[in-house]
Amino acid sequence: MPTAPAGTLYRGREGMWSWVAHRITGALTFFFLFAHVLDTALVRVSPEAYDTVIATYKNPVVNLLEVGLVGAVLYHALNGVRVILIDFWSKGPKYQQAMLWSIVAVWMLLMIPGVYFMLEHTVSAVFGGS
Amino acid sequence: MSSAEAPDIRAPRTQRTFGSSGRSNFELYSWLFMRISGLVLIFLVLGHLFIMNVLDGGVQRINFAFVAGRWSSPFWQVWDLLMLWLAQLHGGNGLRVIINDYAERNSSRMWLKAALYASMVLILVTGTLVIFTFDPNIS
Repeated sequence: MPTAPAGTLYRGREGMWSWVAHRITGALTFFFLFAHVLDTALVRVSPEAYDTVIATYKNPVVNLLEVGLVGAVLYHALNGVRVILIDFWSKGPKYQQAMLWSIVAVWMLLMIPGVYFMLEHTVSAVFGGS
Repeated sequence: MSSAEAPDIRAPRTQRTFGSSGRSNFELYSWLFMRISGLVLIFLVLGHLFIMNVLDGGVQRINFAFVAGRWSSPFWQVWDLLMLWLAQLHGGNGLRVIINDYAERNSSRMWLKAALYASMVLILVTGTLVIFTFDPNIS
């Protein structure tokens, strides 16, 4: 009995998907950096111009995007350490999968308190409270 | 002195150099730079994100006065300048690799990289000027 065609998707499993995520998070961060250097440059225009644009960052929706940015950069940083270990540590390739799940665990551990402090003000402003 | 018929054959395993054969070790240095700059950026960028987004009220407390207070210290000026240059070169080199991977036509690669390098120059020049010419008493 013939089985269904396997398709053409490269099944690189965790190694491939961590690489895809590394590219996407890196490219997104680069595009954000372009905007961020230009918005910071407004300190050379006037304090009012700078404060007006920085007010955007305090908007609840943009605040959520900042959580996404921090999450993306944190993943890129942790996976970058994993890539360096794969390249330079003799046992790196052998443990690449274990290292991926380790950095996912570290990512969760840092993001949980991080998200709390990043969204504290937004949550109390949007949902009321004291 | 040498006759025109002499074939130009090098000894085996001669190191190829940029000028004579169009090859260089640029990609090796680029690979190494990504790892070294990446290690430094982990501290600079995660420190920056922690101070700006998490610590002491996060982004809500940032305004012109906050920036003026930080840039009154050479420590944060050097921090931000180093972060700007390393992040821009690290990210720009990453995008260069992505363009080389996915843009298949020679002309698309050329135009995408021209736009990339122009944006890198714009950001590096603007960012560096802002850090060096910052005036806390600007009206």
